[in-house]
Amino acid sequence: MAKDLKEVKNIDEIKDLGWDELIPGAALFSFTEPVEDVVEVPAEERPYAPTNSHEWQVGDWRVEKPVYNRDLCIDCQFCWVFCPDISILSRDKKMIGVIYEHCKGCGICVEVCPTNPKSLLMFPEHMENEEALSQWPKKEEKK
Amino acid sequence: MAKKYELNEIEVWDGNMAAAHALRQAQVDIVAAYPITPSTPIVQNYSKFLADGYVDGEFIMVESEHSAMSGCVAASAAGVRAATATSSQGFALMAEVLYQASGMRLPIVLTVVNRALAAPLNVNGDHSDMYLGRDAGWINLCSYNPQEAYDLTLMAFKIGEDLNVRLPVMVHQDGFICSHTAQNVRPLQDEEAHEFVGEYKPVNTMLDVANPVTHGVQTEEDWHFEHKARQHNDLMNSFGTIKKIFNEFKERTGRTYDLVYTYKMDDADVAIFALGTTVESARIAADKMREKGVKAGVVSLRVFRPFPFKEVAEALSNVKAVAAMDRSAPGGTFGALFNEISAAMLAHGKSPIVLNYIYGLGGRDTTIDMLKGVYEDLDKCAKAGEAVVPMQQFLGLRGPKLSFY
Ligand code: SF4
Ligand code: SF4
Repeated sequence: MAKDLKEVKNIDEIKDLGWDELIPGAALFSFTEPVEDVVEVPAEERPYAPTNSHEWQVGDWRVEKPVYNRDLCIDCQFCWVFCPDISILSRDKKMIGVIYEHCKGCGICVEVCPTNPKSLLMFPEHMENEEALSQWPKKEEKK
Repeated sequence: MAKKYELNEIEVWDGNMAAAHALRQAQVDIVAAYPITPSTPIVQNYSKFLADGYVDGEFIMVESEHSAMSGCVAASAAGVRAATATSSQGFALMAEVLYQASGMRLPIVLTVVNRALAAPLNVNGDHSDMYLGRDAGWINLCSYNPQEAYDLTLMAFKIGEDLNVRLPVMVHQDGFICSHTAQNVRPLQDEEAHEFVGEYKPVNTMLDVANPVTHGVQTEEDWHFEHKARQHNDLMNSFGTIKKIFNEFKERTGRTYDLVYTYKMDDADVAIFALGTTVESARIAADKMREKGVKAGVVSLRVFRPFPFKEVAEALSNVKAVAAMDRSAPGGTFGALFNEISAAMLAHGKSPIVLNYIYGLGGRDTTIDMLKGVYEDLDKCAKAGEAVVPMQQFLGLRGPKLSFY
């Protein structure tokens, strides 16, 4: 009979399932137990099931990474709204950084950031964030 | 609660009205539909029932058939009973979403009024659309008259929603000849019909917010194969459930359905194998041939997918020659039905002569005389013990005779 994916604690338990053990319908469960009022529960406290895409990290697709500069950010939340991968971390409407496990490096957050200079910029994947912050451009003068 | 619709013991309904009443009696929660000839009256009647208070559910008017099936997929994944109707080009436009529905194991019911595919544009009946969707992973049921369209639509819900099946179901009927021809239909009363179909049993629903699920996930090479194997396995094993529900329906109504439909096949030497309304004409042609001493019979399918290979081979096990009647443009090969029944017989070690007739495209009339001609060809081949006429012929086509092989 189909395996109850809700009870799976470790991704390796389902990697080798046979066709007769899968739950029909290409349906996957998000959490290992019911979560009440999920919006109020911070991501790190949610009981993500191994089948939840949160557990599948796609950050290694990236060639450039967005680096975040707290000193310039006005907490407008544009980047949080527009990130297609929910990779911008925001707490109490304050930006606190980028989740590099999930960020695919598409650059949309940088594109929508309205500050001058931008509070998010793309840098080569191999560069340390401190170095990137030290190279931050100056304000662009209006022409 | 929806109002009860007072029905007579015998109603005069065309196939569209029959299908519409079956959807009403099943108390579908969501019908998302876009009209297309000749299936338009199904959803038109349905929306009238809804406006008059005979339906509890929602009717969503969408902007295309792609959206109609998408709406049904969404509603079904959300956890309710969903159905729609279509034909021809609309069916073709749904094709992408048909695969989503079956892959996601959503027991949607689609009533298909079969019609030719363009170009040239044609609103009349043939089976091109049925063949187009035959490998979409749906159960396919075939009806030949309004009574069967009604009966099979009711049964479709019960079959698809069975916990061992959980697959979408199409119910086919012929454009105009069935969909627009009024005949006597014996309906069930509302309570009895709804009791037969039963309450909807949701499984892994999206609106169960305490147990969130993702539907139609991306699986790539990791799990795609396993999911498809499971789907195929459950489809191939749905015969048992289909037969069980045919039996339950028989107990209630006295009307018998089986995977394969046979007529005078016990001692037949030659047989016509057809789908749709032609089956009834072929029965008359067979009777007339029997008066002339030709042992003629008719075989047809109730269930086109899953394809009942064994039953087809058994039904044809003693004939010397059989005509596979394909009401669809063959597109550069033998007709689809020809290929399937030839394969079924070959796999069971039978090798009668199989002829392929392409007929009735775009609503071209197929008369009993033409079908008698088919039996005469078959009789000649049966007596000679080999194919003495071309293997693929076109029936009722203007101009010089067209044939291949
Ligand atoms: S680069 Fe793209 S994926 Fe990464 S945080 Fe910015 S918007 Fe999100
Ligand atoms: S878009 Fe830029 S300014 Fe706005 S919150 Fe994000 S990083 Fe800060």
